[in-house]
Amino acid sequence: MSDAAVSRQLSAVNVDRSESSFAAFWKMAGWPARVSLALLAAFALAALFAPAVAPYDPAAQNRRQPHHPPMRVHLAPPGEWSEGLLYVHKTKLADIRKRRYEETEERIRLSFFKRGRVLTTADPDARLFLLGTDALGRDFFSRLVYGGRISLSIGLVGVAISYTLGILIGAFSGYVGGRADFVIMRATEILMSLPTFYFLLTLAVIIPATLPSSLTYLLIVAILSFIGWAGLARIVRGLVLSEREREYVLAARAMGASGARVLVRHVVPSTFNYAVVSATLSIPGYILGESALSFLGLGIKDPDSSWGLLLAEAQNVEYLLRFQWLLIPGLLIFLTVMAFNFLGDALRDHMDPKRRGTV
Amino acid sequence: MGRYVLRRLVNAVPLIIGITFISFVVVDLAPGDFFTSLKMNPQISPETLQGMEAKYGFDKPLVVRFFLWFWRVLHLDLGESIFYHVDVLSLIGRFLPNTVILSAAAMVVSWGLAVPLGLFMALRPGTWADRLLSFFAFMGMSIPSFFFALLLLIFALQTGWFPTGGSFSPDYDTLSLAGKVWDRVHHLILPVVVLGTSGVAGLMRLMRGNVMEIMNADYVRTARAKGLPERVVVFKHILRNAINPFITIAGYELGALFGGAALVEAVLHLQGMGNLMLQAVLSQDLFLLMGSILIGAVLLIVGNLLADIALKFADPRIRYE
Repeated sequence: MSDAAVSRQLSAVNVDRSESSFAAFWKMAGWPARVSLALLAAFALAALFAPAVAPYDPAAQNRRQPHHPPMRVHLAPPGEWSEGLLYVHKTKLADIRKRRYEETEERIRLSFFKRGRVLTTADPDARLFLLGTDALGRDFFSRLVYGGRISLSIGLVGVAISYTLGILIGAFSGYVGGRADFVIMRATEILMSLPTFYFLLTLAVIIPATLPSSLTYLLIVAILSFIGWAGLARIVRGLVLSEREREYVLAARAMGASGARVLVRHVVPSTFNYAVVSATLSIPGYILGESALSFLGLGIKDPDSSWGLLLAEAQNVEYLLRFQWLLIPGLLIFLTVMAFNFLGDALRDHMDPKRRGTV
Repeated sequence: MGRYVLRRLVNAVPLIIGITFISFVVVDLAPGDFFTSLKMNPQISPETLQGMEAKYGFDKPLVVRFFLWFWRVLHLDLGESIFYHVDVLSLIGRFLPNTVILSAAAMVVSWGLAVPLGLFMALRPGTWADRLLSFFAFMGMSIPSFFFALLLLIFALQTGWFPTGGSFSPDYDTLSLAGKVWDRVHHLILPVVVLGTSGVAGLMRLMRGNVMEIMNADYVRTARAKGLPERVVVFKHILRNAINPFITIAGYELGALFGGAALVEAVLHLQGMGNLMLQAVLSQDLFLLMGSILIGAVLLIVGNLLADIALKFADPRIRYE
């Protein structure tokens, strides 16, 4: 092979490398995975910039406007655009007991990027309820945006913890073998035979009701991760058992690498492909775990916000029938979980083309 | 086979001790214990309290207390519920059947639908029917059970077609036998739909994957080459092999079903283990909690064992030494 041919081939390899794996993934993924990714990115941005996206503080109450229905946003006629592109109608409480509101003729102008908010009312004393209010008159949209911070991040943090634990413990167990392996495997068996949800409820008992929500959040993550690492550790152990017999491990040992170095630099990375896919697919479990606990009143507590907690108000049968915007947090959990499932599925096809179209 | 079952049962003992011990430690970590609530109850005299403290060893260290509890469990004494003031065993005996019936019904529904649907999809990969069912499977897998239960609750309240609370009607005792059976079934429909949906969705995809993998197997090609009718190839060669992984996961399914059932029971106010457990958690009812976890763990372990035994009968290639 001539030098020119070799360098051509090398540059071809370089071209392949320069195309990021994300671009390759995007090209291959079907529309469900693309839509999912876009949706999750939108949710994540809203949660990240919650103080700007949410028009109000999530705990700010408007006692005179309980269970206000979502407001309809109107487009102003072109002649009035200088005053504001959009407006809503001011409402007046007709019957507080029945929570009946009447729209008045008066218009509330909306403006963009005022007072550090993306969209809010031009008049600071007027109110904009895009998705209605709850029993205390708190803006539901703002509560949802802030709740997304907890509901979305809990999956990522939980997976990060349990996967670090699972991969390290599993790899250690498989690589070292012997008595340590025996003990670790028995421990995972115990964790995996736990009636998970019952145990989750039991663990929730140790969270005192008076604890601030930030600590409750950490405890929930810790609890979910404590249950979550076992299954992964067993799978990683299996992968490592087959991997450690491979020639490259022998080569590394022969070159004088220590056991720990071989483990961390060579054996553990070989399990990453599997771990990325399975992590994406297990994020929903954490999101659902937190929402279920908060929904049952054992997780995040008022006045803080999480999607599961917000949905809990819909358990009141009368509210459920009359104020159906209270179901939106459930819809958001549903969409998020579905997006992660689509994404995980596409990632699996991407990492392992052999499986494409089979599952 | 007998030796295998025996060994599994012997292995289950340390497993159960481990599970219950972890739970015992967790409950012990909780701030305040159930004696705090007992002490505040004016109906209970200090003497009774002292008697209980001595009986359950609450003045002793954690490990001693645990083995005192475990020793009584071996004698089928699960202690007394603080909230209900009844024997825990009889309480569980009253609530467990409802949950077991619900889970079993959901399992029957999800297997009954998932096997034919998965087979159907795998035989027509890429068609609009396959894509549509795949999409529904994703939806079914993703919808949170408590959210789905709320949606069905709205449906039931607005149409009035389904009862919306409890596991049976208030006038249950006055009904005839047929009426009683119908009453139970009527109350089961909504929770089974909720639980069954996620089950069908997951299993359907699994079935589709299994069948597609097996369709490429050598023995399927051989069967076709022999000139066997397609019906025989599909039902005898493909279906029987594709079902085996189902039996393996049946045991784990049981655990998922119990968890899912707990949430659905809470939303739809069914008298089952989930609601019982929730009540026990909220009132820090130690013995009820421990009893529920014990029963849950035993059911899971027995379920897994039964699944492995069933697999042996379904697949003669599997041998347990």
